[in-house]
Amino acid sequence: MPAGSLTILVIDENRIRASIIEAGLRDAGYQHVTLVHDVAGIARRIAEIEPDVIVIDLENPNRDMLENMFQLSRAVKRPIAMFVDRSDQASIEAAVDAGVSAYVVDGLRKERIKPILGMAISRFNAFSRMARELEEARSELESRKVIDRAKGILMKSRGLSEEAAYALLRKTAMNQNRKIAEIAQSLVTAAGLLDPLEGE
Amino acid sequence: MTAAHQITAGFMPLFDSAVLVAAGEMGFAAREGVELNLHRETSWANIRDRIAVGHFDVAHMLGPMPLACSLGLTPLASETVVPFSLGLGGNCITVSNAVWEGMEAHGAAPDLDPARAGAALGALIRERAGREPLRFAVVHPHSGHNYELRYWLAACGIDPDRDIEIVIVPPPFMADALAAGRIDGYCVGEPWNSAAVAAGTGRIVTVKALLWRNSPEKVIGVRKVWAQQNPDALAALLRALHHSARWCQDPANRGELAALMARPAFLGQPEAIQMPALTGRLQLGGGAERRVEAFFLPFDKAANFPWKSHALWFYTQMVRWGQLPHTPQNLAIARDCYRPDLYRSALKPLGVALPGANAKVEGALKVATPVGSAGASLVLGPDGFFDGQIFDPDRIDAYIAGQKRA
Repeated sequence: MPAGSLTILVIDENRIRASIIEAGLRDAGYQHVTLVHDVAGIARRIAEIEPDVIVIDLENPNRDMLENMFQLSRAVKRPIAMFVDRSDQASIEAAVDAGVSAYVVDGLRKERIKPILGMAISRFNAFSRMARELEEARSELESRKVIDRAKGILMKSRGLSEEAAYALLRKTAMNQNRKIAEIAQSLVTAAGLLDPLEGE
Repeated sequence: MTAAHQITAGFMPLFDSAVLVAAGEMGFAAREGVELNLHRETSWANIRDRIAVGHFDVAHMLGPMPLACSLGLTPLASETVVPFSLGLGGNCITVSNAVWEGMEAHGAAPDLDPARAGAALGALIRERAGREPLRFAVVHPHSGHNYELRYWLAACGIDPDRDIEIVIVPPPFMADALAAGRIDGYCVGEPWNSAAVAAGTGRIVTVKALLWRNSPEKVIGVRKVWAQQNPDALAALLRALHHSARWCQDPANRGELAALMARPAFLGQPEAIQMPALTGRLQLGGGAERRVEAFFLPFDKAANFPWKSHALWFYTQMVRWGQLPHTPQNLAIARDCYRPDLYRSALKPLGVALPGANAKVEGALKVATPVGSAGASLVLGPDGFFDGQIFDPDRIDAYIAGQKRA
């Protein structure tokens, strides 16, 4: 049976991540991939799709409901194995770390599932890296804004040049072993308390 | 200064995680040299998996769940033991307004009486014969909720598999599912019953504390290997949990406890909606209010003692509902899962009251009774099932045979 003949269902409320996984599976030669974002009516969908493998994110609070449904549903032959194989501790840990889990129809050989789960794990990791970088970039921008405001306050109230204002912030941060953005935030907050106009 | 013991614990956002949460947040763990790292989880399946792969050393678990793990009923089987119970009671059975109206027409009253409510529900179900069966939700197949709902229905002449449908819904979604008409009723811990009442979409018909008085609910599940390798850490944790439970039970701390649990990192629900669980004063819907004695006990009545009879009752219900065959091997695994010995050895240095026995006959105590215990006196009961049945853990075969379906 070639890779393409396996039917894979991806359940993920995060549409972006789901489509990243889908793209990866298609690249790897799995042509029968279905995405589901909402678990409402999932029993009917599973009966229609008859997946061999179900990939689901661990953050989905409906996992308990899905597992029970798998056990009761005739659409999916029970029992359902989870992750790759009970004995494969490394794969299980990697999957849980990445936040992904796969339900596998009984009788499907371990070697067939491993690449699918491996792909899902790497895509999950790539997605969280991307999300983290985006968050860092956003907070970087926020920091820069608050530092600019703090500089403005120092320039106005102490009559400093922009350069001197920044140097003062940096020196204070170093003395207190804190980040410049934190010092800047404290200053902006304090100024807001002292002067309602500054606080806006 | 770093703590002597680092312990990672998973919990679900439910009120009965309070003893574990307060142990970490109110300084009880730190005083025992434990740094308790609490992780909020989104499903019982995640709790179970993370215990199995070693992400969590201990976790807030459904009482039957460590049994299911140890008996191999779960996708990732793992030996899990129970050295501490997080409390007694705390659940309710809630139905939609429409079902309540139907029940009222058959004699139900807002008095929480399980027999009366069950008879009314049975009459309603017979009246509806031929129509789509009523759908009830519980939180997990291996949960006290599933077994107490089924016990109540069966005792009232309703077959939980043939006469109704039982589905699984995560606790925070229960009230919404009821409001949307996807389910007709449910059994869940607080505050998710009071939430439906507050929203005007559901009525509380009976409570766990009346179905089986002083019955077990959540427990601390511990990876057996971790427990064996870290006996000092476990004993320190159990002492911290003991002090935390005592603090949670004290009415003087209710406000502080509700404020703690209201934080988004824990339960994330307003303080007011947690008060019914703490006071036992329940709004049932439609303006009716009832006070339930011992609705939820985080400490009193030996609430933290992991009775083997509790585990064995869960075992009999797993057999009853076809989740597991009754074999000597399975029975032995169930018997070994709850560990009063670990509880006793950890708390002995504190000089607190400890039961002398590991199991008790459930349903034998008609009134509150002081019992033989080490140290200070200990009061148990009243206990027992609403239908007057008795569960004697020494007569398991007869109990299982007596519950066989025709």
